[in-house]
Amino acid sequence: MSDFTMPSLGADMDQGTLLEWLVSPGDRVHKGDPVAVVDTSKAAIEVEVFEDGVVGELLVPPGTTVQVGTPLARIDATGSGMSTPAASPAAPAPSVAVPRPPRSSVRATPLARRLADELGVDIDRLGRPGGLPVRAEDVRAAAQRPPSDQPAVEQRPTEPPSAVATRHDSMRATIAARMSRANRDIPHYFLSSDVDLGPAMRWLREHNLPLPVAERVVPAALLLRASALAAAATPELNGFWVDDGFVPGDGVHLAVATSLRGGGLLAPVLHDADHLSVDALMAALRDLVTRARTGRLRAAELSDPTLTVTNLGDQGADSVHGVIYPPQVALVGFGRVADRPWAVEGLLGVRPSTTVTLAADHRATDGFTGSRFLALVDHHLQHPEDL
Amino acid sequence: MRRVDPAEARAAVAGALLAIVPDADVESLGDDTPFRGELDLDSLDFLTFVETVCARTGVRIDEADYPRLTTVASCVAFLSEP
Repeated sequence: MSDFTMPSLGADMDQGTLLEWLVSPGDRVHKGDPVAVVDTSKAAIEVEVFEDGVVGELLVPPGTTVQVGTPLARIDATGSGMSTPAASPAAPAPSVAVPRPPRSSVRATPLARRLADELGVDIDRLGRPGGLPVRAEDVRAAAQRPPSDQPAVEQRPTEPPSAVATRHDSMRATIAARMSRANRDIPHYFLSSDVDLGPAMRWLREHNLPLPVAERVVPAALLLRASALAAAATPELNGFWVDDGFVPGDGVHLAVATSLRGGGLLAPVLHDADHLSVDALMAALRDLVTRARTGRLRAAELSDPTLTVTNLGDQGADSVHGVIYPPQVALVGFGRVADRPWAVEGLLGVRPSTTVTLAADHRATDGFTGSRFLALVDHHLQHPEDL
Repeated sequence: MRRVDPAEARAAVAGALLAIVPDADVESLGDDTPFRGELDLDSLDFLTFVETVCARTGVRIDEADYPRLTTVASCVAFLSEP
C-alpha cells in the first residue's frame, strides 16, 4: 500500500487543487494511467500514477487545495501484476467512501468544470445529447444566457469576473516570480544568427505535396528538429544548473513555449526530441500544443525539460532574446520566417529566412559553445533531407 | 475540381475559425480583415483551419493555395470560384 500524492508540476508549484478523480476505489491502474485532474496556477493537468496497483481509499475530495506531497489516494501495489483474481477480491475496498461530488452526474471536460465553477454555471443542467461530454463552449454559452434562462438552482456565491481574473493573475504571478529569479540569478549572454531557410522551405513544400492536410509539416517542426540535433551535439547547453554546478540532461527534452489564448504561457515537453523523425515530431508537437490550449495535458508532458525553444511563428517579431527558464541553462528562439534580402555569391537575392537566437547561462558555458550550437542549427537547416 | 457555393463556403470558414477560437466574434470580423493576425492563429492553428475547411467543403487545398486564404472574403472566393 502506498500513497498517491499531490505532485509538483514544476519547481514553482507548492500547492494544487484536485479537480476531478478519473478513477474510483477498486479500479485497477497501471503505471502512467491518468488518475486525477489537478489545477495548478497554469492549467488543469492530468496526473498519472507511478506504479501498477489497485486504487484504494480516495483521501481528498474534488475541489480541495492541498500542499505538494499531500497524500491524495492510497494505491494497493500488491493487487498488481500476476496476482490471481482470488488474491485481491474486494481487498482494497475503501474504508471510507469519498462521496462523488454531485456535479459529476454529467460528463464534462475538466476545462468545462473549471469554467462552470468560475462562472457560477450549474453544469448538471448542461447535458448534451447522446451523453457527449459538456464542453467549455457549452458552459460559456450558458453563462451568457440571461438569468431567467438559467435554471434557478442554488448558485455558488462566486463572482465570475474576479474568479477569472484571479486565475489570470495567478498565472502572471507564476511567470513573474520565475522570470525575476532568472534575471536575478542567471548571468545571461545572447547570440544570434540569420539562417537561410530556402532549402528547408523547398524541402518542406515537396514533402507536404502528396500529404493530406492533417499530416503536413509546418516549418516550426523543422526548426525544433534542428534544435534537438544541435542540442544533442552540444550537451553543455542541454541540462540544468543546480547547486553551483552543471548537470547534463538525460536526453534532449525540448520544452515548447506555447502561448495560450487569453494570455499566459505553457511549455509542454517533447521528450527525446532528437530521436523523433520530422513527421513524428510534427505529430507530437501538434498534439501537445492543441492539448496545452484545451487544458488536457498530462503531468509527464510538462516535466523535466532540458532546453526550451520559443518560436514566434510567422505572425511574430523578427527575433526574440529570451529569458532562460531555471534551472535550465539555455533558451533557443526563432523569429518570424519571412522573405528577406540575402547575399549569395556576390549577388543579392530574396530568401525565406529567420533569426535564431540563443540565450545562455554564462555560469555554464561561454559564447564559443553558444556559437557552435547556432552553427549546428544552421547546418542542419541547410540539409533538411537529413533531418 | 470540387467547389462550393459562397454561402456554404462562408459557413465553413466561420465554423472552422470558431472551432479554433471558440470565443471569436466571427460576425464582426471584417470580410477583408486578415484573420490570422486578428485571431492570433499560429501555424498549427492555421493547419487545423485548413483541415477543417477541407473536411467541411470537400475542396482540395494545397500549400500553394495558402496565400489565398488570408481573409474571409478571399477564402470564400477561393472555395467557390468556378
